[in-house]
Formats: sequence, structure tokens, C-alpha cells
Amino acid sequence: MSDLLYSEVEEDLRASVRDLFADKAAAASVLARTESAEPYDLKLWRTLAAELGTAGLHVPEELGGQGASTRELAVVLEELGRAVVPVPFLGSAVLATSALLACDSDESGQLLRRLAAGEAIGALAVTLSTWPGAEFPTAARADADGVLSGRIGLVADASVADVLVVPALGPDGPGLYAVEGATVTEATSLDLTRRLADVTVDGAAGRLLAGPDRAAEALQHALLVGAGLLASEQLGVAQWCLDETVGYVKQRYQFGRPVGSFQALKHRLADLYLELVTARAAARNAADALADGRDVAIAVAVAQSACASVAVHAAEEAIQLHGGIGMTWEHPAHLYLKRAKSDELALGTPGRHRAALAKLVDLPA
Amino acid sequence: MNNTVTTAEDLRERVGDFLAGHDPASTGRLEFLRARFDAGLAWVHYPAGLGGLDAPRALQSVVDSAFAKAGAPDNNPRRIGIGLGMAAPTILRFGTEEQKKRYLRPLWTGEEVWCQLFSEPGAGSDLAALGTRAVRDGDDWVINGQKVWTSVAHIARFAILVTRTDPDVPKHQGMTYFVCDMTDPGVDVRPLRQLTGEAEFNEVFLSNVRLPDANRLGAVGEGWKVAQTTLMNERVAIGGNAMPREGGLLGMVAKTWREHPELRTPDLHERLLRLWVDAETARLAGSRLRQQLAVGAPGPEGSAMKLAFAKLQQALTGLEVELAGADGLRYDEWTLRRPEKVDMVGREPGYRYLRAKGNSIEGGTSEVLRNIIAERVLGLPSEPRVDKDVAWKDLPR
Repeated sequence: MSDLLYSEVEEDLRASVRDLFADKAAAASVLARTESAEPYDLKLWRTLAAELGTAGLHVPEELGGQGASTRELAVVLEELGRAVVPVPFLGSAVLATSALLACDSDESGQLLRRLAAGEAIGALAVTLSTWPGAEFPTAARADADGVLSGRIGLVADASVADVLVVPALGPDGPGLYAVEGATVTEATSLDLTRRLADVTVDGAAGRLLAGPDRAAEALQHALLVGAGLLASEQLGVAQWCLDETVGYVKQRYQFGRPVGSFQALKHRLADLYLELVTARAAARNAADALADGRDVAIAVAVAQSACASVAVHAAEEAIQLHGGIGMTWEHPAHLYLKRAKSDELALGTPGRHRAALAKLVDLPA
Repeated sequence: MNNTVTTAEDLRERVGDFLAGHDPASTGRLEFLRARFDAGLAWVHYPAGLGGLDAPRALQSVVDSAFAKAGAPDNNPRRIGIGLGMAAPTILRFGTEEQKKRYLRPLWTGEEVWCQLFSEPGAGSDLAALGTRAVRDGDDWVINGQKVWTSVAHIARFAILVTRTDPDVPKHQGMTYFVCDMTDPGVDVRPLRQLTGEAEFNEVFLSNVRLPDANRLGAVGEGWKVAQTTLMNERVAIGGNAMPREGGLLGMVAKTWREHPELRTPDLHERLLRLWVDAETARLAGSRLRQQLAVGAPGPEGSAMKLAFAKLQQALTGLEVELAGADGLRYDEWTLRRPEKVDMVGREPGYRYLRAKGNSIEGGTSEVLRNIIAERVLGLPSEPRVDKDVAWKDLPR
């Protein structure tokens, strides 16, 4: 049976990440940054990535990482969800790093060292809505010399990436290439705290990370890790929404008493709490399955199907139960709604994951 | 003599020794169960001499699985669930030494079945509103009133009973808790037919029933406190079981789905997959709760699990009837029956659909559980209480 609890080490890690965010990423500053010229907080990223060592958490020590597992990564993602911190953690530390770990080549090893040390930011050049199990993308092509062409839309964290891991169809079949210096055009993202960009790789020189024997599998691995761990970010989003809303309805008086004393509201929040109880178990199960490689596909499909919807529901309830203030730009609730709804589409919608599940558990349509 | 057992290894050894002296194949069922109780292997966390060994509660599963592996007879916990889950922990906590010695052994072996006389026609979710009167008369109490929703009263020898002994104080005070002998004159058990057609529950009429004061559990006027212990144990008992993936009702529905492709529609497929995920996440949450208990750090999640269970059972049984196609229009049996236990597996989908409607009512309605989660877990303010300082007799009813 998987270990669904948090270890002491994980709780310590959570405490340091939470302290850092409390200090450097308060809601007001996150909000202010979304409209500034620097939507990502790269100073905070350096502290998180390099000083706390989270960029290389699940990278083996011999490649300069911490040698921890996806369980620890998941805890960081919970905290990132709680604070909707604008840092390229998902793109670099989760997606690009997981793809590189599965490539297992000299080129990928060198790149991993730079990412794990926080010296460089990576991004996996797939459209963020790509799901585990999807066909290998053909938006980019590579010639025999590794020169790439094509355009990949809506790539997470690409606008601050130093290096892109690009899946491209080469002359012999699928390949993963490292590209520095692609043309990156920022898109207007629904999620203000996780930016998406369109990537054009025409004429860019790619260094081969994995060839046809390995590329599709490595990409699949990265998408599966990403989807499984995104459940923990969704859990964090939902937890913030519940905590914040509970706090608010205790203070807000209408009709002569706190609105939180009305049964109509209490029951909605109790239901949300119940959803979080089950979402937490599912997210932990996915993080644990990814750590020891057992039962991964089902655990990820279950976690994504459950947690994506819980995060959206929690964010929608937060807006509604905050009343008028929930509709304003000044209150941070909308940042969570935007994150939750974008996350629902990211790395496979709940429906996609249920369709995958139908095959995995033999319940055909 | 106090030889404390603390390890799983000790317990396995004890069970081995016990089985060597009591071969399950050649020992009578009752004789076996009595001897198991006397050896302290009934419920290991109970005191020595009362069926236990003062061992940690978590070790009970070691004993149970060792006995099951040896093919030993069990004490039919589903049939005597109210005794095990509610009466026993209450007697252990509030009973006198005489009461513990008298009641616990035949309760555990199933020789004496217990029922619970709590709810009344006017006091369900608001249990503290109950009005069954107990009036002191010398060394006895004289009981008059009506109880309802009493499972297994028709086979029960004893009942745990909550009564009103002082109507002049607010409702949570002035209650007293008793053990009632169901064979006493004045106890009238009548089947209460349910929407399923069967009478799993009863109405119990109490007319001038005389109970000796020795049958009292806890102090006079302290009945609410005693009842809280009972109810807490009831909720622990519901929803605490480990299940394999796709176990329980979901397994039955999934099997039907695989065996009858002709019944599949896109709508049913969508709902089945959603429920598969809901059942799996609820199962994982249950595992997580047990892992917390095992390391001695219980979280507040337990209060949510019964709510999850009720929602899931109701959605699954509804889907199951639709998935039966035209056969979903049939019902297996409308004859009045008085079963000794609820059997969700041995009946048809229609029965399960109807019976599952009780899952969100029995043992605390889902609405009351939501209030409990909101107030005790999330810390939300309580609704204004208009009945708090009013004497019970002055409450509107």
C-alpha cells in the first residue's frame, strides 16, 4: 500500500518553502507583479531553485540534484498552488527535468546539472494541454543535422526559459532536442501567474537528447510525472481557497450574524472539505506511485480526474462565497480561479484522464 | 496477574497456542468463541478478564487474521454489530464491574444480541429532544415511551436505552442511560415496514417497564454524556473498513458493465467512470485515515468519510438500476421479511437502490454531519440555538 502521509522531511521542506513564500510572495505582491513588465519573480526563483535546492529535488545526487523523489516535489507544488507564485517550477523543475531524466544521454546529463543547480531555466516545448498518451507531437521537424523548423503554441514558462526541450520529428522518427535561442512570443494567458508562450524554432540548432529509441518514451514519462504532480498543485490551490473562504465567512456579518453561521454556506464548505479529503489522498497516492514506479498510470489518471475538478470547484466557491469582493481584481481569489481553470486543461482534462482510465481498468465505452 | 502483550509476534504466538488447545474443526462454535473470549483474544485492547489483553487496538487485525487463516468460527460481527460497536464500548467506559462481567462475554459471543433504543418519532437528528420517561420508584425505574428505527430489536435480548428523567431542565441535561432487558413485560416490539418492503427496523413501545437501578449506566442526569460515547463509536464503526480497489458495490456494477456490452450508453459510461474515480479516491482517503490512526495522529477526516460513503452508495445503486436495462423495472421480493442483518449483496439492484436511501439518514443524517464538519472541523460559528436554556418540558413540539 502506498504511503499517503507526509514524512517529517517533507513537512520540513514544506515549512521552508511556505516561509519563503510568506516572506517574498504575499498575495499583494503577486498581484502587482502580474501587470508589471516582469511577470515572473526570477529573484524568488533563484532562492527557491538554488538556495532551497528545489530545482533538482528529484535529480540524482551524481547529477547535482538532491536525490529526493516525486513525493518531495509534490509538497513543493502544493505550496506553489497555495501561493500561486509566478516562478517557472512546473516548466523547468518538473516537465523539462523529468524529460531529461528519462533521456539518459551525456547531453541530457549536462543539461540536468545546469537545471538542477538553478543556473538555467528549462521548458518542455509542448502545448500545455498535451496529455499523457497523446500522439508524439509533429509541430516541429528536425533535419539530419539537427536543424529544427516549426512552431509550438502555448508552452508553459517558455518566456523565461534559457533552454527548451523540443520534441521534433527527425528523419528517422521522434527525437528530443535541446534548443537555445528559439524565438519566443509571449501569449496572453488565462492564468496570470503561469505564462504561456508561442515558440518558433525555424532554423534553430538542436542538440539531440534522445533519438527514436527513447524520445517518445521520455516525453511520455515527463507528461505522466507532470500530470501526476500537477494534482498536488491543484490540491494546494483548493486548500488555499477553502482556508481563505472559511476565514472570510467567519468575519463577514450580514443579517446580524457571521455569514458562516448560515447552514446554506456551512454545507457547501463542508462538502468542499470532503472533496479536499479525497483529493489529498489521490494526490499523495500519485506522488507516491511516481516515486516507486508502481501502478503509475492508474494513480495519475485518478488523481488528475479528481483534483482538477476539486480545484476548480474550490476556486468557484471562493469567488461566490466572498460575495462582491470576490469579483474584484484587488482580491487575490481570481488568481486562483485562473490557475485552477488553466490547470484543469493542462496535461489532460479530467475527461481525457477518465478516458485513459477506461482503458486501464477495462471499462470500455 | 498482568502479563501485558504489546507485539504482533506475542499475539500470533498466543493465537497459535490457543488453536493448539482448541481445534476449530472439532470444537463446537459456541465453546470455541467462549474460550477465545476467556483467553483475552476477543478484542485485544479490552482489559484482561473482559475479553482482552490491554494490548494496542491496532493489533486486533493481527488476531483476527490469524483466526481467519486457521478457519476458526467468527462471532458474526455483522449480526451483532450494534452490541460490538455501540453497547460494548459504552459499558466498558461507564459500566460497573458487575455490569461488565455480566454483559460483555455473551455480547461478544453473540449469545445475547443487543439493540439500541435511542431515536423516537419526535427525536431523530435532534436526539436530545427525546421524551421517553423514566420515573424513580424505590429501587426501580418505571419507563414509558416509544422508540423507533430499532434494528434487530426482534432478536435482541438487551438494549441500550436513553430516557428523560428530569423534564424541568434543558434538554441536554435530565437524561439517564440504562440497560433494558427486552424480555421484560411491557416491552412491545413491532415490525416497522420500510420502503424496501422488509422490516429491518422496529418500533418499540415501552409501557410501565420496570428496570432495577442496577441497570443504570452512568449517573442520573448524565445520559447525554454516555450517549455521546455510544454515538462516537457508531460513527467510527461505519466507514472504517479497508476495501480492495473496485471493491463493494462498484465491483458489482463494473462486472455488469463488462458482461453486458448491449447495455452501454455514453451517458452511463461517463457516470460509471466518474463513480469509479470517486470510489477510488474515497478508498484512498480511508487508507490515509487508517495510516494516520496507525501512527497515532488521527486527523479530522473521519467525520467526512461517512458522508462520502452515503453519496457514493446512492449514486452507484442508482446507476446500477439503470444499467440493468428493462430488468431494472423488476423487483425481486415485496413479501414482508424481518432480516437479522442488512444484506446489500444478496438482493437485486432495486433493493440496493431503495436501501441505500437510508445511508444518508442512519447514524447521523448527512445534513447533521455537514454541520458537524463545518463547526468542529472548519470552526464555523454555530446556528443560533433557541432551545439551549429552555426546560425540556417547555420546548415547542
